[in-house]
Amino acid sequence: MKTLRMLAMAAAVPALAVAAQADTKIGMITTLSGGGAGLGVDVRDGFMLAIEQDGREGVEVVIEDDQRKPDVAVQIADRMIQSEKVNILTGIIWSNLAMAVVPAATAQNVFYLSPNAGPSALAGKRCHPNYFNVAWQNDNLHEAAGAYANEAGLKNSFILAPNYPAGQDALTGYKRMYGGELAGEIYTKLGQTDYAAEIAQIRASGADSVYFFLPGGMGISFLKQYAGSGVDLPVVGPAFSFDQGILQAVGDAALGVKNTSQWNKDIDNEANAEFVASFQAKYGRLPSLYASQGFDTANLILSALDKAEVSDQDSFRAALKAAEFASVRGDFKFGDNHHPIQDIYVREVIKDGDVFTNKIIATGLSDHADAYAGECKM
Amino acid sequence: MTYILVLEQILNGLQLGMMLFLMAAGLTLVFGVMGLINLAHGSLYMVGAFAAAAVAGWTGSFLLALTASLAAAAAAGALMELVVIRRLYRRDHLDQVLATFALILIFSEGTRWLFGSFPLFLDVPSYLSGPVSLPGGIQYPLYRLTIILIGLAVAAGLFLLIARTRIGIQIRAGEADREMIAALGVDISKLYTVVFALGAALAGLAGALVGAIQSVQVGMGEPVLILAFVVIVIGGIGSIKGALAGALLVGMTDTLGSVFLPQLFAVFMDPASAASAGASLASMLIYILMAAILLVRPSGLYGGSA
Amino acid sequence: MMLTRESLLNWAMIAALLIVPVAAWSLDEPFIITLATKAAILALAGVGLNIALGLGGLISLGHAAFFGIGGYAMGILAAHAQNYEPLFEWPFLFEGSNQMPLIWLVAVVFSALAALVIGALSLRTSGVYFIMITLAFGQMLYYFAISWSAYGGEDGLSIWVRNEFPGLNTLDPIQFFAIAYVILCLALAFAARLARSPFGLALAAARQNEDRVQAVGLTPFTLRLTAFVISGAITGLAGALFADLNRFVSPTMLSWHTSGEIMIFVILGGVGRLYGPVAGTALYILLEHLLGGISDYWQIFLGVLLLLIVLFARGGLIGALAGREKAHG
Repeated sequence: MKTLRMLAMAAAVPALAVAAQADTKIGMITTLSGGGAGLGVDVRDGFMLAIEQDGREGVEVVIEDDQRKPDVAVQIADRMIQSEKVNILTGIIWSNLAMAVVPAATAQNVFYLSPNAGPSALAGKRCHPNYFNVAWQNDNLHEAAGAYANEAGLKNSFILAPNYPAGQDALTGYKRMYGGELAGEIYTKLGQTDYAAEIAQIRASGADSVYFFLPGGMGISFLKQYAGSGVDLPVVGPAFSFDQGILQAVGDAALGVKNTSQWNKDIDNEANAEFVASFQAKYGRLPSLYASQGFDTANLILSALDKAEVSDQDSFRAALKAAEFASVRGDFKFGDNHHPIQDIYVREVIKDGDVFTNKIIATGLSDHADAYAGECKM
Repeated sequence: MTYILVLEQILNGLQLGMMLFLMAAGLTLVFGVMGLINLAHGSLYMVGAFAAAAVAGWTGSFLLALTASLAAAAAAGALMELVVIRRLYRRDHLDQVLATFALILIFSEGTRWLFGSFPLFLDVPSYLSGPVSLPGGIQYPLYRLTIILIGLAVAAGLFLLIARTRIGIQIRAGEADREMIAALGVDISKLYTVVFALGAALAGLAGALVGAIQSVQVGMGEPVLILAFVVIVIGGIGSIKGALAGALLVGMTDTLGSVFLPQLFAVFMDPASAASAGASLASMLIYILMAAILLVRPSGLYGGSA
Repeated sequence: MMLTRESLLNWAMIAALLIVPVAAWSLDEPFIITLATKAAILALAGVGLNIALGLGGLISLGHAAFFGIGGYAMGILAAHAQNYEPLFEWPFLFEGSNQMPLIWLVAVVFSALAALVIGALSLRTSGVYFIMITLAFGQMLYYFAISWSAYGGEDGLSIWVRNEFPGLNTLDPIQFFAIAYVILCLALAFAARLARSPFGLALAAARQNEDRVQAVGLTPFTLRLTAFVISGAITGLAGALFADLNRFVSPTMLSWHTSGEIMIFVILGGVGRLYGPVAGTALYILLEHLLGGISDYWQIFLGVLLLLIVLFARGGLIGALAGREKAHG
């Protein structure tokens, strides 16, 4: 049907179609259906909020649902590049989907701006001039947690993550900064929902703290079961398990937990205050980490468009690299491998009225770059 | 490794097994009596969890939430049976697979449409939270102990139902000979609806019980569904006794495997790669168990002819 | 040959699958070509499954294993060739390959071997137990691939450029489509001959009445195992092509969802109908494409449509359109 309509339009009003064509076409591929849809919806809403607030003509955004399937994402990317002739792609949430789409997209002379995933390969050996990561390299938040553990005087951590590349990167990232002993190191099954066995091992290990990376539903399950187990060692995690969308489902079990993030809604700057207020006004919920990343991604693109046409690839790339936009995180700049150099904060989960949310209690790492930049030859 | 830790892990295996039994009992009944492969059984588990979360959020009572999960899943099951499933009994397994797969899509996305894309909150009530001390000095979460007891109670209830009641006789007769039971004047379509709703209610209860310590979200039923199928196949399809044995076996294997395999590997590998390699093998373990059992007993532990 | 309604329908379908991408090519709509290529490749996987399912009566819920092995054959060979890292040095130096014919050969050989092992073990069971044991083998490979970090684990392996075929530019969508289309046609012709061959007739007889086949001195086990191996090999070939279409392979190809999807293509088209997988795949991809734009909750509509088809169109799409005659024979 869609095709038919497109053909009909092209046949009936060819002149109009050309005249109305956008100068800049942005393709957003993100997860809008199935279990992981919450993250994609937030990225999309944050991104579109910035586009609407800007309101300029000549920028068109095409949004498609990847269903969290790599092959679907690749096919949508092919279509957006080949048929719809997009200049810029963005939106992918998951590292495995990004690994499938990004190398092919950048090889076809399209810009890709990542609003969430930051696999190590794309920061190191496979970096590309047209690839920019606006969120973080995957290891960053874990490194900050390791640094925080040192500062908090934790000396014997028990660490766990799912047995897949992002999980292995997470524990590697934590260990990179953490200076103490390890009471235990466990890889759980991807998608596991019961952590009784792991919690029993934590109890028996003599650890003084727990670090875990369990994104999505896995983290909710772990925290609830941990709270009910009577083990009361301090828990540290990355922001993914303490995000605004998830916290309400964890409830009291998350109170007081420290987590690391490059953004929080109480970061004190004008852009952030305005973002939090307008996001709440428009969508009726508090923005999440993912929404902030979508918002920043859109504003970065708009700031580059102020300086250069997207068709002039070299100037546009330089404008992106300069990153002269008001990030809701405050200071933001790109390293040579086009990944952020930024502060990463330590947050604590609090209850504000009826709503569970985070407040910043410390800075984990300042002006932090990723560990793979040296491998990037560009 | 202390013996306390080992005992605690055995309890954990038992608890996982009990939870799987609640799922598998309905699945195996429906298969045994009606000959139906129901992929949408996991959706009923999800319906139970969402109903419980909604009612708990509304009233604050965990008991009401559990009641709601039973009622909602039974109602959804009965509706499913009346509208779709009863047209499938005479079809072959392939049509059943396709139709119940379609039901998964409808239930999952329908739930997301009603409740949104974010996980829901459901918590253990305060009187069941925290650990208790068991003989031998084991600290064990009270809630998990409760799940074990509920599982045992349901198992006992099902055995009584099937051995002692009129409906149980009809169920057993239905498994043995479908034409015969109709000839005896039993209203077979009513029996089927009741059995289906009963299985659905058990799945819903499992969803609500588990939802309190896990995440109530769309798609939560699918991993459990696969495990439940593994359970009933190991136990022998149609057999409640087999479902119980299979559930315990799978629960124990999965729990103990994920604990002890990495430690076994650590004897001859460095810790990080032992953790990873052990976890890999542990995730395959129940499927290896199932294949091994079927190679020795092609119709499962308690199965007759398939 | 008499032109029945079903064979007319078959010709129409196979012609449509050719005409649509060629039209899209002349209108410069490369994505339509990509969709048609996807349909052709998944139909090929379905043709493979249909040999076990329709002809042999073997309900395998583990065909993702072969599909994924084919995919990883492509991924591993091409990744080594792309990075100039030898795959093995003994007994001779082998640096992987980016040549499709060699990749296909490897994919077919390895998926046939896997099918031989899995089939030999699984065929000891029957009915629902067979469904579940094939699922178990599929899941074993899936979890293995997830944690196999040498080849990307969950992230999968991505290849920068599509592999090469002598004399063609495979990066041109229409030329790659031509490859997939020709292979699909060859596989359909092969499946048709197989069904009419003495082997195919014996296999069909074993499905209907085991004792009669044993009475004439054939062993049903050997017949079924042979069918399972052929079936796995064809699905493996489809996996290699699918990975090349996406220039990417990941454990998703091995998950039980993939097994289920391939099976659904076959059921949707009509089990045991020679062209059933083609009809089923085309319908599914069309629905997915058309409904995808309606709303975020489009899968509800997909579910309702699938349900209506299975309830009211007995014998799948071909059954509904062409009536109840048997395709094979």
